[in-house]
Amino acid sequence: MINWLDNRTGFKQILSDALFESIPGGARWRYVWGSTLTFTFFVQMVTGIMLWMAYSPSAQTAWESVFYIQHEMAFGWLLRGVHHYTAQAMNILLVLHLLQVIIDGAYKAPREINFWFGIGLLNLVLALSLTGYLLPWDQKGYWATKVTTSIMAITPVIGPSLEKLVVGGAEYGHHTLTRFFAFHAGLLPAAVVALIAGHIYLFRRHGITPKKPLQRPDAMFWPDQVLKDAVACLAVFAVVLLFVVKGQILGDGHLGASLGAPAEPSEPYAAARPEWYFLFLFQFLKYFPGENEIYGALVIPSAVIGLICLMPFIGRWRIGHAFNLLVMFGLLGGIAFLTFMAIAEDRSKQEYLQAVVAADQAAERVRVLAQGPTGIPVTGAVTLLRNDPLTQGPKLFAAHCASCHRYDGHDGLGNTVEDEPSAADLKGFASREWLSQLLDPALIATDKFFGKTKFADGKMAKFVNRKVANFDDDEMEQLRKAIIALSAEAGLPSQSEQDSAESEIIQAGTDHLLDDIGCADCHEFHFEDEDATAPDLTGYGSREWLISMIADPTHEALYGESNDRMPSFSPDGILSRKEIELLADWLRGDWYTPATATAE
Amino acid sequence: MENETPQPPETRRGFLTSFLAGITALLAGIIPPLAGLGVLLDPLRRKSTLGKAIRVTTLAALPSDGVPRKFSVMTDRSDAWNQFRNVPIGAVYLRRTDEATVEAFNVACPHAGCFVDYRNEEKKYLCPCHNSRFNIDGSVQDPKSPSPRGLDSLVVEVRNGDEVWVQYQKFQAGHAEKHPAI
Repeated sequence: MINWLDNRTGFKQILSDALFESIPGGARWRYVWGSTLTFTFFVQMVTGIMLWMAYSPSAQTAWESVFYIQHEMAFGWLLRGVHHYTAQAMNILLVLHLLQVIIDGAYKAPREINFWFGIGLLNLVLALSLTGYLLPWDQKGYWATKVTTSIMAITPVIGPSLEKLVVGGAEYGHHTLTRFFAFHAGLLPAAVVALIAGHIYLFRRHGITPKKPLQRPDAMFWPDQVLKDAVACLAVFAVVLLFVVKGQILGDGHLGASLGAPAEPSEPYAAARPEWYFLFLFQFLKYFPGENEIYGALVIPSAVIGLICLMPFIGRWRIGHAFNLLVMFGLLGGIAFLTFMAIAEDRSKQEYLQAVVAADQAAERVRVLAQGPTGIPVTGAVTLLRNDPLTQGPKLFAAHCASCHRYDGHDGLGNTVEDEPSAADLKGFASREWLSQLLDPALIATDKFFGKTKFADGKMAKFVNRKVANFDDDEMEQLRKAIIALSAEAGLPSQSEQDSAESEIIQAGTDHLLDDIGCADCHEFHFEDEDATAPDLTGYGSREWLISMIADPTHEALYGESNDRMPSFSPDGILSRKEIELLADWLRGDWYTPATATAE
Repeated sequence: MENETPQPPETRRGFLTSFLAGITALLAGIIPPLAGLGVLLDPLRRKSTLGKAIRVTTLAALPSDGVPRKFSVMTDRSDAWNQFRNVPIGAVYLRRTDEATVEAFNVACPHAGCFVDYRNEEKKYLCPCHNSRFNIDGSVQDPKSPSPRGLDSLVVEVRNGDEVWVQYQKFQAGHAEKHPAI
């Protein structure tokens, strides 16, 4: 059977050619780098094709399909993780391989062309990394790649057209992904296969460059060197696996490659950084002010690649080899230094660290929403965040409310505000606790409530300071129940259990509110009163009430003409209906929370 | 017979055959790549649709003390086969320079396109990528900033008394002169 096949294919000869290559001086560990690279490329082909089976390149499906691979498909996290970290391993191995080739002088004649093939492969692998970074279509990949394509556009003459061809149009969109994917999974790997084939063919033609002095007699590739190569490949893969599961080991629970929040063109992303092995280029750009950018971005990097390509010729001179070594170590030292600088600068930059935290929060939030009952809508995961009160509320509050109000003392996003607050702190608005404090004589005129508003000595403050301050125990009990009744109007999610358990107290409190403690003298509460001078308390703090309040506090059912400085956000066109709803929902603590999280 | 290698034909016939072989192969092989070339180069035909005035907000939303505020630019957008209604396509910084005059900047850093951040404590725009700094009027703050020009100002109109309309546009990065993106 084997002979039958061999007669027709000659595979035995091919196999023996492949395995019984002579290695002068015998098998050595230093010859393993090429094999580990072939191995990592093989891993990338296998994992890449499997990822391809589940990936969908379009602006509405790229992030979504990657999310599905990562969180829903069997061992998807492992597949993605291996692909992600093997790519990084490949870059490191390429540099080690290059370094060894230069140290051993393996680039010298007649191996020049093979050396160039190697440099070509290095560039192709970097291009693969760059194109792969965008494919998940998360904020990180989106903004980092925008920098890359902007830089591409400064190429003289053809730059803008080149950018357009790569981006697939004037704007980032579906065709950016289809193109990047075609490059990443089609053109570039095909070119790599072609160059690897040429590289291995030429390597076999010229033979290994033995490291002198030879330590042992010559031996064949099989089995000693194959064993060493296999051990090295296994070691590389073990390291990759370690990185894939490192989140579990370090305790942050994340498995595999990270996935940020989906790309959003109107949402700043101050944590935009390229993959770590491009950080030196990123840092390098900081030193080229004005129109010199092109030198840092294109001219110098191209010149360096050109210089490396000339090394086989330079190496012919007497001191050429030493010069090449010096250049190589100088370059690596420079790259290491720039990378270190970039990381050190980011570590000390508060804005960057905050941005990373915010990015992680957004990524986690979108994961929760996507795994929630609604799932991911056909409009894409980006709309989950656009419509999420927990995500948008704080931003809207910081932009439009925090110049006067505070939220738990900060601007909604957690930043302290320079100026003193001049309106109430709205954390827990309409909750029992918040109302109890509002109606506390010691607190109503503080900055947390009416202190800096014109209501500081208004009727309400007077009522609290004169009447409530002198309540006896019975009246205090009535007030307590009235507060519970009023707070129940809001129907806050955080109090829903209490509210439904205490319906009797609420009923009693409603009666006290209407008849006993004097609220109804000024406020309406489930009744019409043309003489009411204060905001209608019917549905106080409910979604509808709060939306009307933000939309237009000067409405006659609310503050009317006695409104202080609060803008009418809807008639003045400051906020859209949608934005007001998001703000109201956020203030009420009404956003999706998974059941397990509430149990904690 | 089998061991006899065929000899190359005499020159003139040989040339003709080679020529015909070349032409035939070319004809057979040229159409598919040409068809592909059309699709490959198609993006060059797509012009930027930006530049039309878009209603961004109202004067009331802009602080009277001239502090810049970021706004999403919302409009209809087509992306290849999809039409989107009223989606964010980018963002601008708006600030009042006077009671009824507004200044607008594209948020993209003219250096490499990152989203600049306005820092109120320093009254500066800071690019989070390569540390370009801009004054509140958009000009480059210090000569070490990598950005070749100040933030890209956009044409703003106040219509109907209080509506702020901005001609949202993108510009090519990396040049001292402001060239609209094609």
